[in-house]
Amino acid sequence: MSLLKKWARVRSPWLLHFNTGGCNGCDIELVAALTPRFDVERFGILLEGSPRHADILAVTGPVTLQVKDRLVRIYEQMPEPKYVIAIGSCACSGAPFKDCYNVLGGVDKILPVDAYVPGCPPKPEAIIDGIVKLIKKIKEGK
Amino acid sequence: MGYGSVIKVPFGPQHPALKEPEHFTFEVEGDVVVNVKPRIGYNHRGIEKAFERRTYIQNIYLAERICGICSDAHTTCYTQAIENLLGVEAPPRAKYIRVIIAELERIHSHSLWVGIAAHEIGFDTLFMYVWRDREVVMNLFEMISGNRVNYATNTIGGVRRDIPSEMFPKIKKGLDVLEKRLKYYLDVAQTEQTILKRTSGVGILKPKDAVELCAVGPTLRASGIKNDVRADDPYAAYDEIPFNVVTHDGCDVLSRIIVRCKEMFESINIIRYALDHIPSGMIRVRVPMAVPEGETVSRVEAPRGELIHYAKSNGTMQPERYKVRSPTLGNIPALCKMLLGGRVADIPIVLAGIDPCFACMDRMAFVDLKTNKKWVWTMDELKEHVRRNNL
Repeated sequence: MSLLKKWARVRSPWLLHFNTGGCNGCDIELVAALTPRFDVERFGILLEGSPRHADILAVTGPVTLQVKDRLVRIYEQMPEPKYVIAIGSCACSGAPFKDCYNVLGGVDKILPVDAYVPGCPPKPEAIIDGIVKLIKKIKEGK
Repeated sequence: MGYGSVIKVPFGPQHPALKEPEHFTFEVEGDVVVNVKPRIGYNHRGIEKAFERRTYIQNIYLAERICGICSDAHTTCYTQAIENLLGVEAPPRAKYIRVIIAELERIHSHSLWVGIAAHEIGFDTLFMYVWRDREVVMNLFEMISGNRVNYATNTIGGVRRDIPSEMFPKIKKGLDVLEKRLKYYLDVAQTEQTILKRTSGVGILKPKDAVELCAVGPTLRASGIKNDVRADDPYAAYDEIPFNVVTHDGCDVLSRIIVRCKEMFESINIIRYALDHIPSGMIRVRVPMAVPEGETVSRVEAPRGELIHYAKSNGTMQPERYKVRSPTLGNIPALCKMLLGGRVADIPIVLAGIDPCFACMDRMAFVDLKTNKKWVWTMDELKEHVRRNNL
């Protein structure tokens, strides 16, 4: 049974996208990765609206103080096992907003992050590569 | 069911219809929206304060990261403000390059928006089509600047990168492909029943309200008001390039789609004209690191509307105060007006109708605007409310 679950998870991870205060650049590249030219749906990756149905939380942007509680709540609503992928330099480390008074920094200050995709913004190819590497990690049993 | 009583529906900050974290509380009576309370500030990063701690050169890159979609509009506005303070002017070739990049960005931003709008009304086929063709612009950007989203083209006193003439035929070829596809989309928007039924007569903004509530950009022009910074207060090379200001008097979401589609045609024509008439010469002038004392305001027509930057310098290498007024903030009061009296099912498309860009909007002065904990409800609180009132 657990093998079957793992097979399903690896074959079709559902993605929840949450912008924690980013500039939109990574968001449009993430959406570009879902649209015909890059089309991650051929790998079974689907963008999902509800945290309760998602396997992977894709975070873009630096974490602002305002959004921190929401981010934690969304993470808690996701079913186990769950994975977090930080997309873009801001989500990885805070990048140019690191020392802003309303920014905590990267996502890893709040949540455990399983994969990092640096870049400002990362190209859709890079985002796909990050997700595929994360799937490989899930397959190997983390 | 408690018809007649007012129910509050929280919307966001994480919601499939919004790509960014923002919260709205809708008070609904039956299916009709009677009150809208926006709660903005989730995206507030403190950029304006960060501006004061960085040098003028570093700030170009920070301005670019205010918003990823209209990144070039922000840097153009920023560099123009600083050039004003320095009393220098960009060389003519640099001005033309700025126009080309700005118009390419407008095409990318508007086509992105048409796709999102189609997605909001459940017309995903159009969403996928538009985003496929948008890749043509992204390829051009990658060819010109080396990056798809943040182009880093502008610098104080000109532009950083020239567009070599070998690229011109490639850009023109890309524009031809786009023009053909855009004609098809405009046709779809005006004739396809799926779109007409969902958007015509929805989210009405009367011309009088649009002016009173200070709407900007395509939202204002879709209410029949002719207003465009490019024409009214020309910057860069816009005073030398002929173009039309597109308006439509439908006042609804449909006319916002039509205005944006037609604006993309104008952008294509502007780029063609600019490529044919671009002067040769320098692309930048050298400027000193320190900026003399003074204050200035700079205006740019971003894809979403009028963008205003204010800068105050104290004679050092860092600005003393910097302020950004982005177009989405100007459109929020108008948005609240459009939503009133509408149906709950139309909320996503009306909301998307102004092309909101919250990353641009969440500036320092507005963090606590209308923050009243009473109506920022959690899902559980809403359920409790429903249970208590036996709705």
